[in-house]
Amino acid sequence: MKKFKNTITATPGTTTENKTGGWRTYKPVVDHEVCIGCDMCNKVCPEGVCFATGQKNSKGRIFYDRDLDYCKGCGLCAKECPVNAIKMVSDYK
Amino acid sequence: MSRLQQNKKQILEGSHAVAEIVKNLKPAVVAAYPITPQTHIVEDLSKMKSDGLADFEFINAESEFAAASIVLGASSTGVRTYTATNAQGLLLMIEVLFNIAGMRLPVVITCTNRAVSAPINIWNDQQDSLTIRDAGWLQLYAETNQETVDLHILAYKLAESLMLPVMVNMGGFVLTHTFEAVEIPETSLIKKFLPDYVPPKDSILDTKNPRSLGTFAAPDRYMEIRQELFNDVAAASKEIVKQNLEFKKVFGRGRGNGLIEEYKTKDAEIILVAMGSVCGTIKETIDELRAKGKKIGLLKIISFRPFPDNGIARILSKAKCVGVIDKSISIGSEGVLASDIKRACFGKIKAPIKSFIVGLGGRDVTRAMIGKIVNEVKDRSIEVKFIGK
Repeated sequence: MKKFKNTITATPGTTTENKTGGWRTYKPVVDHEVCIGCDMCNKVCPEGVCFATGQKNSKGRIFYDRDLDYCKGCGLCAKECPVNAIKMVSDYK
Repeated sequence: MSRLQQNKKQILEGSHAVAEIVKNLKPAVVAAYPITPQTHIVEDLSKMKSDGLADFEFINAESEFAAASIVLGASSTGVRTYTATNAQGLLLMIEVLFNIAGMRLPVVITCTNRAVSAPINIWNDQQDSLTIRDAGWLQLYAETNQETVDLHILAYKLAESLMLPVMVNMGGFVLTHTFEAVEIPETSLIKKFLPDYVPPKDSILDTKNPRSLGTFAAPDRYMEIRQELFNDVAAASKEIVKQNLEFKKVFGRGRGNGLIEEYKTKDAEIILVAMGSVCGTIKETIDELRAKGKKIGLLKIISFRPFPDNGIARILSKAKCVGVIDKSISIGSEGVLASDIKRACFGKIKAPIKSFIVGLGGRDVTRAMIGKIVNEVKDRSIEVKFIGK
């Protein structure tokens, strides 16, 4: 039976092996003190990489952050954030 | 009992013969776009299905793009599949054909070679399949209807052992609409050569072992995957020679070494090179001219992809002149087969190689035309010569 040298199929979950953060031009920076923990960034993120950190800020709210390994910098989270806690800043290296 | 019955031969139209052998090869799914430029092959298969003579799923598609996509999907589940098309239909399939090869699915299709529009023309030449030579498919060309039938059996064997798709090419009309005596092997005999298809476990769609096919490959992986496809298609030459020998043992017939066939080349001063149904006319002409003392031979190419580089230069090195007869043309270059023959012979033979274009859009290729080619093969003034009369 034919054995392939290079794998051309993928099992569930293996998409995360491809870190796509390098495609980004701008990265979102979250101001943890301003964040109200409303979950809007998580809802609109096309990549599902905005998440509740589980940590609390000085106002006792659980704040959000994002996973830069996969964030492509689309800016939807910054656009939709009701309290402007997210700023898009240049990720030029 | 007549001789025909003893030989188990039947007088069948080419398309019907292909339908009969496909039925006996027992694909699980047959998909086809049923309207022009379709042939009787899938019409006969759909009739076999409706008459209860075949078990496959027959899916009428809304286009050739869909038909190719359906066999891609079906093959991904690990079953034997089949479709047929040609000309504009084949061109409409192109994107999917590259995917089938890249996904290493053992799909077999019949291309009943026809001209490509415009102008609109439904007749025979080889422009369709040769246009997609780089898709990653094995391409086999048949001279007769019996050879077409045999190549289908071989095609599934090669496809399933190499996990590569195979296109069997037969001359549109010249073979598809011609009645010849052919033997259609029974399923029981076929199984001695071609066992039931067992797909590689970890490369099919299976709900118990979920996996994605045709996935993403970033620049760090794409090139190696393409190189593996290239290497495997090139290495298929060995498998074709091996399986051709095996085929001869089981079925008692076969052609050349499976890749090429020589016809009276041993002492030939002029060797013509061609592939497909036109080879019959060339052989006839060679016999006639040899009776008049002209030493002419034919090198028939059966496998165009992989291209059988080994051996071609050795055979052609004995000739004083080589004429490559193409029923296709790479516009702005020369005959498609001629380019590959020149590449395979580069630096290896001294004889000039000339490209002749014949039979485009169903123009009959006569013995007189082949005679003309023999007379003009020494003329080194023009690189590409169209022989229309």
